[in-house]
Amino acid sequence: MGDKLKRREFVRKVVEGSASVVLLSVCGPMRSLVQASDGEEPAAYDATKHYYGMGVQIDHCIGCGKCADACKSENNVPREPYFFRTWVERYTIDGDREVHVDSPGGGIHGFPPPATEEDIMRSFFVPKLCNHCDHPPCVQVCPVGATFKSQDGVVLVDQDYCVGCRYCIQACPYGARYLHPEKKAADKCTFCYHRITKGMLPACVEVCPTQTRVFGEIKGRSSPLYRLMKMEEIQVLKPELNTEPKVLYTKLDGEVR
Amino acid sequence: MSFLWGRRGRAQAGSSRQNVGEGNSPVKKLNFRIGKVPDQAVRIGTVFIVFIVSMVALRQHFIPESFGVLGHYRANAIPVIAGLPLHYAGWQTCGECHEDELDKKMAGFHRTLSCETCHGPSYEHAVVDPTATKPNLPRGRETCLTCHGYLPSRPTGFPQIIELQHNPMESCLKCHNPHSPAAAEDKPSCSGCHGAIARTKALSHHSLLPCETCHQTPAEHKESPRQNLPRKPTSREFCGQCHAEGTPVSGTLLGVDLSSREIPKVDLATHGNNYLCWQCHYPHYPEGK
Repeated sequence: MGDKLKRREFVRKVVEGSASVVLLSVCGPMRSLVQASDGEEPAAYDATKHYYGMGVQIDHCIGCGKCADACKSENNVPREPYFFRTWVERYTIDGDREVHVDSPGGGIHGFPPPATEEDIMRSFFVPKLCNHCDHPPCVQVCPVGATFKSQDGVVLVDQDYCVGCRYCIQACPYGARYLHPEKKAADKCTFCYHRITKGMLPACVEVCPTQTRVFGEIKGRSSPLYRLMKMEEIQVLKPELNTEPKVLYTKLDGEVR
Repeated sequence: MSFLWGRRGRAQAGSSRQNVGEGNSPVKKLNFRIGKVPDQAVRIGTVFIVFIVSMVALRQHFIPESFGVLGHYRANAIPVIAGLPLHYAGWQTCGECHEDELDKKMAGFHRTLSCETCHGPSYEHAVVDPTATKPNLPRGRETCLTCHGYLPSRPTGFPQIIELQHNPMESCLKCHNPHSPAAAEDKPSCSGCHGAIARTKALSHHSLLPCETCHQTPAEHKESPRQNLPRKPTSREFCGQCHAEGTPVSGTLLGVDLSSREIPKVDLATHGNNYLCWQCHYPHYPEGK
């Protein structure tokens, strides 16, 4: 008889347990709905009403590296010269049409003068950053859903949820990601999401002395970027990959990869 | 559910397959409800139910709250990212207190620069506590040269200098105001263009002499240099004004205090065999070796 009672108790516990699990899973989202309707979060920023992009005017860039420096200050990127969210490359095409690319320390401390100027056919600077692709390969490959494209078009990393597998780092065709050595999580440009959601400009755009970088909405709202798209011929990096970048370059040389 | 108390159920099933649902034991009651479902189906169904319930429980435990609300990610991550601390305040914030500097900057060539381009991230100073921290006040040449040093990769027309030729070792701030950095129009110094000579002269015994002591320079030279060349000394007697025997050894000569200096004197009649002085002594570095 005691044996049976134990069984009965066991059955009851199983039923109770499963019922409570089902109840909780139903109530969880409802609870968050209730919280949201309470208006605890400031409703000033509506991500669905924005779609961000950045323009980079190659013929304006003077290679001062202020953008890369400001990015490190704003986003606590490690100072070592191999962790970058944005950096500046110098392209030098010589008389034999051979392309030389260098970026000493990401261009943060400027560029040294070239050894000789005689053989330079053309030379220019190319600032680079995460292209915030509309079809981001890094998001596709993330095994846990820690990187994602937000509603306003910015590709972000959930660093508390990232497992640090580095798959996104090698999936990115633009080399725009790195593994943060302290957080052990993937890190990348966020368009300074903490700034743009407050109506400020990203740090690199803020400090750019020549307005090489233009930040704004790309979907039909009046913004400096929209004007740039209207007035200039727009190119993107690696268009053949169909990643549809939202970082738009003007006067981009054919040699830029 | 007979799976849960297997042995007995199995014994029962073995003895009378047809009458599983009858009797007073809990087993029979339960089987009564299920009806004519075969015993093995009940068992496997039980396994499925347990599996599904445990999966639901695991899912609940492992998948974070807010995952999937906006997409295949944690929606709660967005406010965390949006709430990261700021470091750059923006030039509008600077202008709330430093109106004069901002107005000056906005009227000059540096109008496209943000204050923090040169002064560094200043959110702490601008928003949190203006007295606790001060922004950078860069005064060295390297700050300006970051942008204005000559590089062939820079766009044509961007104002650049060759560091070694443009007033070497001088502070940029001596001639240019960074808040309104037009080139100094009234008095561009000789070293603005003749930097290599100025640098050599700065190391020489003639370092205290202004260029105009020896080179009478028409004012138009600064406008159109090649059409209006400065004068150069033409005779031994010009150098003799200071270096011939019998010239003063105390007081001031050509604006230089002689008491602290020893000027070499020669007899012009015998020294140098009538060669011109600068055939042996380079005046900008006049050791003449």
